[in-house]
Amino acid sequence: MTKVLMKGNEAIGAAAIQAGCKYFFGYPITPQSELPEYMSRELPKVGGVFLQAESEVAAINMVYGAAGAGARVMTSSSSPGMALKQEGISYIAGAELPCLLVNIMRGGPGLGSIQPSQTDYFQATRGGGNGDYRMVVFAPADVQELVDLIIEGFDIADQYKNPVMVLGDGMIGQMMEPVEFKTPVKRELAEKDWATVGTGGNRKPNIINSLYIAAEDLEAHNIKLQAKYKKMRENESRVESYNIEDADVVIAAYGTTSRIAKTAIAKLEKEGYKVGLIRPITLWPYPFDEFKKINPNCKGILTVEMNNGQMIDDVKIAVEGKFPVSFYGRTGGMVPTPDAIIEHVKKIYGGDR
Amino acid sequence: MTIVFEKTNGLTDVQTHYCPGCTHGIVHRLVGEVLVELGVLDKAIGVAPVGCSVFAYNYFNCDMQQAAHGRAPAVATGIKRVHPDNFVFTYQGDGDLASIGTAEIVHAAHRGEKISTIFINNAIYGMTGGQMAPTTLIGQKATTAPLGRTEEHSGRPIKVSEMLATIHGAAFVERVAVNNPANIRKAKKAIKECFQIQLEGKGFGIVEVLSTCPTNWGLTAPEAMKWLEENMMPYYPLGNYRRPEEVE
Repeated sequence: MTKVLMKGNEAIGAAAIQAGCKYFFGYPITPQSELPEYMSRELPKVGGVFLQAESEVAAINMVYGAAGAGARVMTSSSSPGMALKQEGISYIAGAELPCLLVNIMRGGPGLGSIQPSQTDYFQATRGGGNGDYRMVVFAPADVQELVDLIIEGFDIADQYKNPVMVLGDGMIGQMMEPVEFKTPVKRELAEKDWATVGTGGNRKPNIINSLYIAAEDLEAHNIKLQAKYKKMRENESRVESYNIEDADVVIAAYGTTSRIAKTAIAKLEKEGYKVGLIRPITLWPYPFDEFKKINPNCKGILTVEMNNGQMIDDVKIAVEGKFPVSFYGRTGGMVPTPDAIIEHVKKIYGGDR
Repeated sequence: MTIVFEKTNGLTDVQTHYCPGCTHGIVHRLVGEVLVELGVLDKAIGVAPVGCSVFAYNYFNCDMQQAAHGRAPAVATGIKRVHPDNFVFTYQGDGDLASIGTAEIVHAAHRGEKISTIFINNAIYGMTGGQMAPTTLIGQKATTAPLGRTEEHSGRPIKVSEMLATIHGAAFVERVAVNNPANIRKAKKAIKECFQIQLEGKGFGIVEVLSTCPTNWGLTAPEAMKWLEENMMPYYPLGNYRRPEEVE
């Protein structure tokens, strides 16, 4: 199939429609508004429905209703809007409903800026909404990967009856790159016999709910959920790594910052430095095991993010104190440069190449 | 033997948790009967609120979704857009609909969302233990208005039916009460008409039901009915506020 040049946000919409998504409920916010705009044009053509909600809160609850009614459904937003959706995401996780969430991050806290950032790492991977819930969080690094992960994300959501989040930033949402829409690998999925579609008079009513008023019932529900999250941990963790068995320094970075790190690594190699890369593709489940493959004589790990240091916590858990872990980040919409990353790597070397 | 009354198949056999003298049970029965009489029980999808009627999903004998506090109209919107041929209704209290969920109900009405809403107004927060609601009357005591509600501090109680009747997409708005047999019959008629509006695809419909909360009002069941008549009805006049013929 031929490649087409597409903007990240529009590619998300095209991928979602290819994945069979028929319903989109959202609310405009920069830098992701091209996505709802795309869906408003394209979904009616495939017999789907785009609806602009009155708020992010309403949008995520429309997603809840549509997902409970058995539909493939998605919503998207950017950081402050995603903060408003957290109530609904917690309910969706509690009621075990499948849906796809897209967060094209911008700077914060508060209204922040409209520039790219990675400041919602904690919110995405630690919950954000109330209660003990988890979801698969993808961090694509280019538009092609964005397309591939959106398509597979719907299947993963259906398989586990759980929300799946694609976490990008303003850079990936706004950039244009050539993409190919490949035939996706389909997972075997069970019928949605739990959905509310009307009993038809031939079965007991289906109930979609996250309320378990008796303590023992809620604990049993949570034990069941945790068993599901364990399976997700075992089966859905993804990572790209480069030269970590041989590296003196390893950079840990995801999404946009991982691309800048790759440029820095290429320059450093020309100067004779041995620098590896661990790029988590899933921020949850986090690819902890990959860090066990790092050269035991490695001098240190450099975590690079567009925030003040959020993934660094997971990196520290992953290396179990075996290597020093340092951090370099920019915020406010500032994007790290390869040269700044190079400078930090050289600091870890400490003149000893 | 002639059967003069039997339980409607619109409700399950589950015993409800409502307090003695509470009128939720009456309204549940009316909704259940209307679902059966209109022949839509098998294709009905209901949305339960947060509050006293949170367990409505166990009582209505049809597919149900439970929504976050105030969000039932948004959840119902998602359901209806996926299944436009199904019958979709929400059942909400006044804390849910008139306070935290005002945006959702106003905009569902505004879009002319083809759903039906049963709105229980008992002028108080019931489940959380008798706090002030947006519908609590001036002078009425609540646990968060221990000296009684004042207009100066909290504003006047919100009149939901009058407000929604100003919205173009609201095709049917009626306020009823379930304080005596005659009004209960009128309430059922209103619910039936409201539900028919959805089946005919005419837009959004709501029935506001003036109800009692003897437990949190601190009254016996008969006293509560009397209090409703003497205090709620003068401020919340019964009647139809909007019918399809009024919709341009």
